[in-house]
Amino acid sequence: MQTALLEMRGITKVYPNGVVANKDVHFSLRAGEIHAIAGENGAGKSTLMKIIFGMEEPSEGEIFIKGEKVRLQSPQDAIDRGIGMVHQHFMLVPSFTVAENMVLGMEPRRGVGINYAEAVRMTEETARKYNLAVNPKAKVEDLTVGMKQKVEILKALLRGAKILILDEPTAVLTPQETEELFRELTQLKEQGHTIVFISHKLKEVKAICDRITIMRSGRSEGVFQTADVTEQEISRLMVGRDVVLKYDKETAPDGGPVLTVEQLNVNDQQGKALLTDISFAVHGGQIVGIAGVEGNGQTQLIEALTGGLTGVSSSGAVKVKGKDILNSSLLDIRQQGVAYIPEDRMRQGAAGEASISDNLISTRYRSKEMNRGLFLNGSKIAALAASLVEEFKVRCSGPAQQIGMLSGGNMQKVVVARECSTGPDLLIAEQPTRGVDIGAAQFIHKKLLELRQAGSAVLLVSADLNEILEISDVLLVMYEGQIVASFEKPSAVSEEELGLYMLGIKRQNERQTGEATEHV
Amino acid sequence: MNSLLNVILTTDFAFSVLRVTTPILFAALGALISNRAGIINIGMEGIMLVSALAGVIVSSYSGSAWVGLLGAVLAGTLIAGILAFFTLQFKTHIILGGVAINMFASGGTVFLLYLLSGDKGSSTSLPSKVLPSIDIPVLKNIPVLGPILSGHHILTYLSIVAVFVVYYLLNRTPLGLRIRSVGENPHAAQSVGVSVVKIQYMALLLSGFFAGLGGAYMSMGYLSLFTRDMVAGRGWIAIAAESMGRSTTVGTALTSLLFGAADALSNALQVLKIPAELIATLPYVATVIGLVIYAVSETRKKNRKVKSPVVK
Repeated sequence: MQTALLEMRGITKVYPNGVVANKDVHFSLRAGEIHAIAGENGAGKSTLMKIIFGMEEPSEGEIFIKGEKVRLQSPQDAIDRGIGMVHQHFMLVPSFTVAENMVLGMEPRRGVGINYAEAVRMTEETARKYNLAVNPKAKVEDLTVGMKQKVEILKALLRGAKILILDEPTAVLTPQETEELFRELTQLKEQGHTIVFISHKLKEVKAICDRITIMRSGRSEGVFQTADVTEQEISRLMVGRDVVLKYDKETAPDGGPVLTVEQLNVNDQQGKALLTDISFAVHGGQIVGIAGVEGNGQTQLIEALTGGLTGVSSSGAVKVKGKDILNSSLLDIRQQGVAYIPEDRMRQGAAGEASISDNLISTRYRSKEMNRGLFLNGSKIAALAASLVEEFKVRCSGPAQQIGMLSGGNMQKVVVARECSTGPDLLIAEQPTRGVDIGAAQFIHKKLLELRQAGSAVLLVSADLNEILEISDVLLVMYEGQIVASFEKPSAVSEEELGLYMLGIKRQNERQTGEATEHV
Repeated sequence: MNSLLNVILTTDFAFSVLRVTTPILFAALGALISNRAGIINIGMEGIMLVSALAGVIVSSYSGSAWVGLLGAVLAGTLIAGILAFFTLQFKTHIILGGVAINMFASGGTVFLLYLLSGDKGSSTSLPSKVLPSIDIPVLKNIPVLGPILSGHHILTYLSIVAVFVVYYLLNRTPLGLRIRSVGENPHAAQSVGVSVVKIQYMALLLSGFFAGLGGAYMSMGYLSLFTRDMVAGRGWIAIAAESMGRSTTVGTALTSLLFGAADALSNALQVLKIPAELIATLPYVATVIGLVIYAVSETRKKNRKVKSPVVK
């Protein structure tokens, strides 16, 4: 057995806010292989890569390069040791030419100035050497995404990278560009480079990777020869629940369709399809769950429902109680009786510096009962805030406390309290329990079920299998911007089966998905 | 109307345009460098004022105008260094830091002036020196061009040279490339080992250096003494010139010249029967109009950028 080119032993990373991103992870990289790291979002892949690239230091554990123990304290340390990273968000300066981006930080000089001819020559030489054609004099802002990625790869190679880390490189590429990337990566491998390929797309992993390390909830679930494992096995290891939660659900009367989405299509500026022919309905007294690995169109779907689509072209219809709301503002949509729990409570869900009571009335301070003449009705607001804090068991010093001081779970309870207490016709809940403790999560689930009992329609988008399987009445699975499966009894669906759909290994035919969505 | 043309269409007027453009141009070049590094130095006004006083004090105590110039430039760089220290090290908001510098300069210079000369209004009692003006051989004998371009203050010529120097610095040197990368995408700079803080330090120090030259010109060229608040908004006009010049060296130089022309015009029009107060507002009105034109064209450009891909 050859010695590992890079080895990580017992890596644990705890962030200052208490989130454990990696727990006792072992990872070993052989020279000249393409090694995939697969796992769902939040499984700890990105943190592990940040540690390899010196952007984060591990709380515990050791890193060895060619058997020698190293500490990587900055990206520069990693670059010096021959590690290069291609970030998901490109680290390029748009107004610079390709050559300028290539040499930034290591500019060839002539006197006091930059030797541009030399920069162009260096770019051309590297491009030729690795057979990655780029135009050194083109401006980066004019390049396609695929070309930009090439420049990023070349940047790392020019700096002497022998180990290349690619963070979900295909997420932004068209299928043709992906194929081209794979050809290039295979070539690099033949020239002796070692590649770490982060992805959750199993087909791609199977196509070009030699070995695969699977991660789940911050742990490594093992390393396999890609040829020896089936997609089903990988999917089973990636997707799973640690604890099964159960809820008693009463049946709620069908209140008729509240939200209907018809033939919704969304394309980005380059014409890449983000959503394709999305059709479904959510009825009163029903929770419809949307499962899927992140980045498969859920964000765009939520944006389409909440007036958040920007810089894209869309067609189709999104109706709330029969009124088309596609391209309406969120305020107009909310006035149709829609409530929305956004995914990111720090940036969208709450104003961190404001008090709990200010946050609680932020969606209804315009309403008559909250006002008295020109001013807000302080005593009414205080009473409402006090009762909501009580009802939702928000642990705080009082409604006047700054919301940013609360723990994630309590902050989220405030957001849920605000959205649930208006008696909405439709609640759109996006990852409502992400990053909150189990107690708060169960509390939030109960509130969603109460809302359903009261006749509201609930659309739940979540990556948490527990909540999506247990509290949904109908489950839709999204993959690559399409609804690929639909289940009427989600709690009876096994995680293995769900995993196959989420990772695109299986898909129901149109009749099956159509049947279930028509039932709803 | 005729009398207006009589005032403007003279070599004297053209000469005075260059004369009053100098301090604006220096400060605008300084603002340009810090802005390109993504850090807006609104303390230009205060830095110029401190430098103007430093030039007077150092030259009167050393007896040399050149040592005075050195003192002025060092003072400007030092004040910018203090601003950089607070914003980059202690993360003070750059706008608050800049406001503090401006207020400190306005009060502090009067205080120091009073300590040294016993006068709160001007430095008449200090024997400060003035930098020389230069007649350019050959050129000075050419009609029209000679009287306009020759015989200027040495710093006026230096300010023109500075335009080329800054252009070269920003567009042709490694430091310039890094300054621009830090301003446009700091993450990209960081990912290749360029220290964002270090580059922003350099940029702020350079902006202080150029503001220092502008300040020195005010008290050792434009006037031959220091008077309280003598910069009179030129630091602000410079920032406006920089942004109206779209953060390019050439654009900044041209808009500085435009504001200089407005300034010169307000001086020249004082011989006519228009209220002096009204005329004195000219450069500032030009600034506001300039910024509005700039903002409108920027917005249009942005809208076009957003819309065009969807149309396709």
